[in-house]
Amino acid sequence: MRPVAILGIGQTQVDEHWDKSLKELAGEAAFAALNEAGIKRADALFVGNMLAPIVDGQNQLGAHIADWIGMWGSEAVKIEAACGSGAAAFRAGLMAVAAGEAESALVLGVEKMTDKAGHDVTSALATAADADYEVEQGVSFVGLNALVMRRYMHEYGWKHADFAPFSINAHANAIHNPFARLHQKITAEQFEKSSMVATPINLLDASPIGDGAAAALLVPAEKLTGRKIIVAGSASATDTIAVHARREPLFLSAAYASAKQAYAQAGVAPDEIDLFELHDAFSIMSALSLEACGFAERGQAPRLGLDGEITPHGRLPVCTRGGLKARGHPVGATGMYQIVEVVQQLRGECGVTQVAEARVGMAQNIGGSGATILTHILKSEP
Amino acid sequence: MEIPRHWRLKKQRYALIGEVCPHCDAKIFPPRDVCPECHREAKDLFQFSGKGEIYSYTTIYEAPSGFDSNAPYTVALVKLSEGPMITAQLTDVDAAQVQIGMPVEMVTRKMRDDGDERGMIVYGYKFRPTLNHI
Repeated sequence: MRPVAILGIGQTQVDEHWDKSLKELAGEAAFAALNEAGIKRADALFVGNMLAPIVDGQNQLGAHIADWIGMWGSEAVKIEAACGSGAAAFRAGLMAVAAGEAESALVLGVEKMTDKAGHDVTSALATAADADYEVEQGVSFVGLNALVMRRYMHEYGWKHADFAPFSINAHANAIHNPFARLHQKITAEQFEKSSMVATPINLLDASPIGDGAAAALLVPAEKLTGRKIIVAGSASATDTIAVHARREPLFLSAAYASAKQAYAQAGVAPDEIDLFELHDAFSIMSALSLEACGFAERGQAPRLGLDGEITPHGRLPVCTRGGLKARGHPVGATGMYQIVEVVQQLRGECGVTQVAEARVGMAQNIGGSGATILTHILKSEP
Repeated sequence: MEIPRHWRLKKQRYALIGEVCPHCDAKIFPPRDVCPECHREAKDLFQFSGKGEIYSYTTIYEAPSGFDSNAPYTVALVKLSEGPMITAQLTDVDAAQVQIGMPVEMVTRKMRDDGDERGMIVYGYKFRPTLNHI
């Protein structure tokens, strides 16, 4: 397998884009990435998406988007792993280029969620869970995470307010990201008083949905000269689809497994990661992700937030562009936003939220309540 | 609503029929083809007692389609006395009184209907605080 580099990136703002269709959003991000790379088309297109068949009535997104962006004739396919679809598509593109099956691969995450009403989207999101034994019991996707959060608070003695720094950091960082959906600061007091979604998860624990697309162009690293961003680690792992079936419901075993493998591939330890774009769909998920990836002991991740370690100038900056919480969570596109944001950090393009001397960045994308987890490590190399 | 799907699940929904592993005796619910304990084939049926305790719970305010009219309602992870954990709604209890560790038992209740579509009603298991039998 040959090393692979990221030559171009593109993204749209995450928003309620009532004036734009799925393919138009996809096109914006795709053309931005292709333009950066200075090419018209790639050998292959990999699309990450979760909800288009349900929310948009559109399947076969590979051909659909290849058609829209003028990549007629190219190999093109959609990859689905619930909210992990974006990174799953990225890994598919990576494997194609690394294996020599393609000289260039365009990877695109796209989601168009706001054409349907809220409870319909809630139902569509729940398809990430076990249809027969979770969803039919009336539990929403938020509800599953709420069950985990309640137990976590019970076992480790944290209060709801102890999770506030995750959301406060995300909102503070998103203000400086023009592609983020939310551009307002929040306070600890607002965090405690926000309206309840599924106890103990309130609106400010949870990431907002949105429409958006993000893309990256992958090429063999050997084709590039000078400083480049390479994919140093890529791994994917699974756990039971249902929370109730997990041996340890408070531990993301697929995060542990994929991170361990990605660290080994990249030849780095957790303390060598300069920034971490984690999957903060809910504040509890930030905590579980940090613990499974070796940044905190079990049950202790809220301490990182409370001690200020997770801000852009802390020991382990997370969600430096707003994370899912404030950049927004266009589910199947999210994994690609994370990749794009790590690239921006490694290029030094992040202004106020730039992490000093960022050379190694990690992104972790989670499908469902922890069933599919992909970890990627990118490096800036001379 | 998909009639064959709900018909197919009737043993689990109405009687908590799971499996027992013939190799390691692990009790399994919901049924699956591979024993999660010893990773060998498991297909022997086993009826659970319906007794358990609350591992965690949440009261859902923003419900998925089909459940909106019941919101807010409380869903729990129930640790069955035979070992497995199960996701189920709680019933016959005030949400404020629910606690982790509370003993609960299975009852059969209406889960949802399909509105004006065909008039189908789905029944299944919910859990209530264990009654004190004299």
